[in-house]
Amino acid sequence: MQKQDLQKVAELSRLKLTEVELEKFSEQISDIVKYVEQLNEVDTQDIEPTSQVTGLMNVLRPDEQVEGSSDPDRKALLSNAPEQESNYVKVPGVFAGGDE
Amino acid sequence: MVIKTITQANEALEKGELRSIDLVNEHFDRINEHDSKIKSFLTLNKEEALAQAQASDRRRAESKSLGDLDGIPVSIKDIVAIKNLRTTASSNLLANFVPAYDATVVKKLKEAGAVILGKVNCDAWAHGSSTENSDFGPSKNPWDLERIPGGSSGGSTAAVAAGFGLASIGTDTGGSIRQPASLCGVTGLKPTYGRVSRYGLIAMASSLDCPGPITRSAEDAALMMRVIAGQDYLDSTTLPEGKFPEVNVDKDGNAPLKGLRVGLPKEYFADGLDSEVAQVVEEAIDQFKKLGAEFKEVSLPTTKNALAVYYVIMPAEVSSNLARFDGIRYGVRSEKAQNLAEIYDLSRSEGFGAEAKRRIMMGTYVLSSGYYDAYYKKAMQVRTLIIEDFHRVFDEVDLLLTPTSPTPAWKMGEKTEDPLTMYLADIYTVSANLAGIPGISVPCGFVKQDSSQLPVGLQLLGNQLDEDKILRAAIAYQQATDWHLRDPEF
Repeated sequence: MQKQDLQKVAELSRLKLTEVELEKFSEQISDIVKYVEQLNEVDTQDIEPTSQVTGLMNVLRPDEQVEGSSDPDRKALLSNAPEQESNYVKVPGVFAGGDE
Repeated sequence: MVIKTITQANEALEKGELRSIDLVNEHFDRINEHDSKIKSFLTLNKEEALAQAQASDRRRAESKSLGDLDGIPVSIKDIVAIKNLRTTASSNLLANFVPAYDATVVKKLKEAGAVILGKVNCDAWAHGSSTENSDFGPSKNPWDLERIPGGSSGGSTAAVAAGFGLASIGTDTGGSIRQPASLCGVTGLKPTYGRVSRYGLIAMASSLDCPGPITRSAEDAALMMRVIAGQDYLDSTTLPEGKFPEVNVDKDGNAPLKGLRVGLPKEYFADGLDSEVAQVVEEAIDQFKKLGAEFKEVSLPTTKNALAVYYVIMPAEVSSNLARFDGIRYGVRSEKAQNLAEIYDLSRSEGFGAEAKRRIMMGTYVLSSGYYDAYYKKAMQVRTLIIEDFHRVFDEVDLLLTPTSPTPAWKMGEKTEDPLTMYLADIYTVSANLAGIPGISVPCGFVKQDSSQLPVGLQLLGNQLDEDKILRAAIAYQQATDWHLRDPEF
């Protein structure tokens, strides 16, 4: 994998890499990609892909009204947010110049 | 008598010869005195644990015991949520995270009266085979402090081997319960996919993740499974099976495994297996023969591709699951971030370690447009072939027996520079996750390296929902051997 390919993948992954990381990861991930390319040698014509191993499908609960749960409670959930204000999670402005 | 197993503790508690509070205090004393050498615990839950132990003693005194786990000290891998107790996934990013609810496994253990001593170390986000990826430093193998305990549930297995708690809950995505159990000389069960709820696990790869018990004996693993298994409406992939069966083994008969057909998959005894480990496993096979089991060689030809399939599917799912850590709702937010995009980019770049970054990028790559069919879809097709291999052999045999790990515990730092070498440590364990079948690792002997005795584990694999068959064979083997009761000196 070339460095510019990895740079693109890093952007898609929302990661900012240093030059040193870019160098090291492109080498390491190339090795891993090369290793997994052995799968090209396996004949998979007409083989269905598997994403769920036990075959369970459409597990539904009865369509009945249930009491709302207070557990986990709003306060405990909010307390993990890095910034909060009056019962909301706080983030900076989404659009440039709209910050604060 | 030194109490090593849940079964022994439960018997003493039932007879009134032991109080939970004394047992729990004894375990905390051992942790205080010796865990500075092992570094298995990240967070202790002492105040609540002592209260739980006292409550358990009151129940026992009133003959209202909640069952086999009432008053039993256990630890929980730090990737499983416990309400109001710091849960970090051994990562800097979640260093301050306090869950607002209990994982289903934790809820069930609490309801059964188990006493939670605290949270134990693992590789960050459960990414690794040695605990060296933990952002809080590696745990040590109690059999040789220079060596890794295995991983990712290495804090759990090191704690159980060292006598810090009688059991632990680990998680197994590609071998993370079985491999460290093997390297630490304890028993570790990866259940059938969906047999134990994943609700409250910090997800790694959702089609592979399985929480399960780490104990000193297979008998104890069965007791744990009776509590933690079962359908859960909070995890729609849990199986609609009834209560986990009681596992009974004929204690008096001299051939308790008579009629059991066990397959030896030749691909698991090929190149790459340490010759001394192979020797120890051969001796264990002879022991199983004495117990009445019949062996035959079988073949799982797609085994050679299992690790490649795993290293496409797992990172793909990791990249999706770790997308939620964006510095908004939980975790550490970068102090350098000036705008929303920077909150995402910088919080993730500062919070994730190298292995998580590699897996996120590998996963993003194999899922990206233009590569999806070549890598991800291809891997899902080969996954089908792996499953078909198992279907074929489980028509011929009841169980499979293999080594759990190709080598015993290696030295700290030996594999950290080359991720691919580290990945090969999971070569005998990943197939079970890809096929969703259960597997157990049980201690079966030791090999000598340098001046250390290092434990070796054997793995028993069964068809989906055949945990009781695996456990029956493991219990019978442990009744005839005492490898699982040996203690490390450290």
